[in-house]
Amino acid sequence: MDQLVQEELKKAAEKYGNEDLVVILGCPDPDSADIYAETVIAGDPTYAGPLAGVALRLPVYHILEDEIKEAIPRDVYQEHVGLMELSLDKEGICRVLREAREKY
Amino acid sequence: MELKGKKMFVLGERDGVQALAIAECLKAAGAEVVYMDTQCFV
Repeated sequence: MDQLVQEELKKAAEKYGNEDLVVILGCPDPDSADIYAETVIAGDPTYAGPLAGVALRLPVYHILEDEIKEAIPRDVYQEHVGLMELSLDKEGICRVLREAREKY
Repeated sequence: MELKGKKMFVLGERDGVQALAIAECLKAAGAEVVYMDTQCFV
């Protein structure tokens, strides 16, 4: 996650708190999903950005996860995400996110 | 998961699902998108 985005996330967390703010990812594979999730929950693992050592503990989900998919009207989801749902490693990404929410 | 009224911070990626596509879905679910960005690592 680049430093500008880390700064924006920090500001948003301060402004809205972690009751209302939810982070939604669209990354293409399980490895990047894991790094994003760790950054959002426990802080920047590379210790390079504004979230180094800052554990925001925000809820984080991927747009492919069923918890999110079920909340979105089916036709809208199909139009905007349907194709990528078929081509990305949905199972792997969802597994990594589930584990990350418990582990970090 | 209930998304209505939630503040959403959207991080799309060019090789995955882009932020604009995610934002359209979340808005249709009644959530408010407070930030969105599509990351590109090429």
